[in-house]
Amino acid sequence: MKIPPGVSASDFSAALAQFEHSVGHDWVFTSDADVDLYRDAFSPFLGEPEERTASAAVAPQSVSEVQDIVRIANRYKVPLYPISTGRNLGYGGSAPAYSGCVVVDLKRMNRVLEVSEANASCLVEPGVSYFDLYRNLQERGLKLWVDVPDPGWGSLIGNALDRGGGYTRSQFRNHFDAHCGMEIVLPNGELLRTGMGALPGAKTWQQYKSGFGPWIDGLFSQSNFGIVTKMGFWLMPEPEAYYSGTVHAPHRDDLHKLVEVLNQVENGGITNGMPDLGSTLLGIQMIEDYARSMDDKPAAAPDPELARLRDQAEAGQHAPLEAYGQKHGLSYWSVRLKFYGPAKVIAAQWEHCKEKFAAIAGARFQDGELIRLPLTPAQRQSVHFPEFGIPTLNMFSIGARSSSNPNPTHGHMWFSPIIPRTAEAVFEANRVFAAAAREFQLPLLRFSLPSCYWERAFIFIFGFPVTTDIATNRRNRTTFYKMIELAAQHGWGEYRTAPAYQDAVLDVYSFNNHALRRFHESVKDALDPNGILSPGRYGIWPRHLRKPS
Amino acid sequence: MRLRTHLPSLTGLTVVVLALAAHGQTPKPTPPATAAPPISWTPATVVVRPDQPRGYVQFQLACAVCHGAGAARPGTRALAVKYQGKLPARLEERTDLSADYVRTTVRHGVSVMPFFRKTELSDAELEAIVAYLTRKRG
Repeated sequence: MKIPPGVSASDFSAALAQFEHSVGHDWVFTSDADVDLYRDAFSPFLGEPEERTASAAVAPQSVSEVQDIVRIANRYKVPLYPISTGRNLGYGGSAPAYSGCVVVDLKRMNRVLEVSEANASCLVEPGVSYFDLYRNLQERGLKLWVDVPDPGWGSLIGNALDRGGGYTRSQFRNHFDAHCGMEIVLPNGELLRTGMGALPGAKTWQQYKSGFGPWIDGLFSQSNFGIVTKMGFWLMPEPEAYYSGTVHAPHRDDLHKLVEVLNQVENGGITNGMPDLGSTLLGIQMIEDYARSMDDKPAAAPDPELARLRDQAEAGQHAPLEAYGQKHGLSYWSVRLKFYGPAKVIAAQWEHCKEKFAAIAGARFQDGELIRLPLTPAQRQSVHFPEFGIPTLNMFSIGARSSSNPNPTHGHMWFSPIIPRTAEAVFEANRVFAAAAREFQLPLLRFSLPSCYWERAFIFIFGFPVTTDIATNRRNRTTFYKMIELAAQHGWGEYRTAPAYQDAVLDVYSFNNHALRRFHESVKDALDPNGILSPGRYGIWPRHLRKPS
Repeated sequence: MRLRTHLPSLTGLTVVVLALAAHGQTPKPTPPATAAPPISWTPATVVVRPDQPRGYVQFQLACAVCHGAGAARPGTRALAVKYQGKLPARLEERTDLSADYVRTTVRHGVSVMPFFRKTELSDAELEAIVAYLTRKRG
């Protein structure tokens, strides 16, 4: 059996015995076979000594059991690492950020505690997955949607705390922003409720987010300051209808105006779904089209002349390529706008958007299909599922064997910097990353378009495969570190990353001699003086494990 | 057959009623004591019949989202490409799966399919799936 660093065998045995006393023998896992199930299936350190692995796991079913575990851990200085469903693959999965932790597996805390159709909100435990909540809403016939990320087996709480996102209305796409109220077991075992939950008797815990005084909820996301045991979320009332319309622009330089108008209509609330960017000429599919094409046969190879011109384009720019597009009527850029609301209203919103995008000379507009909700059974097989709040695992075909990918990988990790919402930034990032791809011999796309999950900012998402070949994984890690530094030199920082890179990413958020990290460390020392909770998560280390600066 | 309606049962679970009327049979609700919840997190609602084994239900809950029929099933897609029609892409149609192979795959993973912890899928639930996928078929 593995023993946490700095803990004696006798103390660890005593802690495990007390864990068992609290949660029962069946829910403390110590055998190698059981503890191996807590490895990170997508670890970039697979098969290497640096792989972060647990010493044991304990699976409580109640808040009081979580409090017991935290108090026992403090008694014996045993490091803990809570997970919710443990399915944030590519971001650490169910493995700790620090080897030797006892994983606190919250999957058994899987109750949907409350759903209010009138308030369009819910209160859930950490083990509740998107599938679970979706099923709950469906079975009860409630006209509420949950905004889902691509992998539906994730936890609402875990995904929100990792600051994940989805695809429906802007108000719900940022899952942390969509939360309302938390319950947290602090590192000393004390129970805390935030927002209106701090006021005994308040019936507004899931109605008013910030309560009174400093709004501390953010401290418990991407951190290690507490174990969140309940969390409220605002849900999306099922709209009357959905509509999408596509704007096509003919010239490369049109991207400037396209993004400018996009920002106007999105920030003004005229379009409220997730915009989707693509380029027919450059061969860049929109996310929706990519997701919906996964059951199709691979697309036919492009015209050889077009393929050659794409290869010659530098940062998406090549006059002959543009001329080819003009000649064949291929748009340089496209953006698909999504609308949720009453059918008459969203039709008028689309018309308004067309008027605004008409400022682009030669712009074409492609009307989509009005979908009245709820979906028909046939539509439920063919739509872009997450845009309708339907959880799936569709996107796991990325990397899996498919008709277009005969050689499956073992997993993936994402390099995903936030960049400004301007065409200048898109072009600059492509120049920088294309040069990096050449230098680091990365098989990056010729030109990439960012995603629009978040309002006000773009996000680039590059996938790195995880393989079973140690040398390849090492090379990819080295490249990943270089990409973090390179992006930071241009003012672009990642919104989220796997434990392997969390120190490196926090390191580039370095304003004023790392004031942000020093603040985190002050909070950590105050709340968790024994440093028992998730050491190293998001680059925040307890005092005894910090490297000398 | 397709799902026609839901009725609340005494246990609070929703009970599925099958559309048997078209075949001249009277629709019967699943007895509450043995009722499994309808499995509705996938894009197409899956119907549970009273005569279907526990492993069938467990498979729909734990596996079908990747390995079932219909749109958006990465596991079925991957196996279709792997076997090119020599074996069924859907695991439920396979007759060559061994119990050990199913256990090993679930607890050790393969390609991008991760392994499953016992808090997600207990040994008893896994054994029900094993029994279902390796059942004798006439």
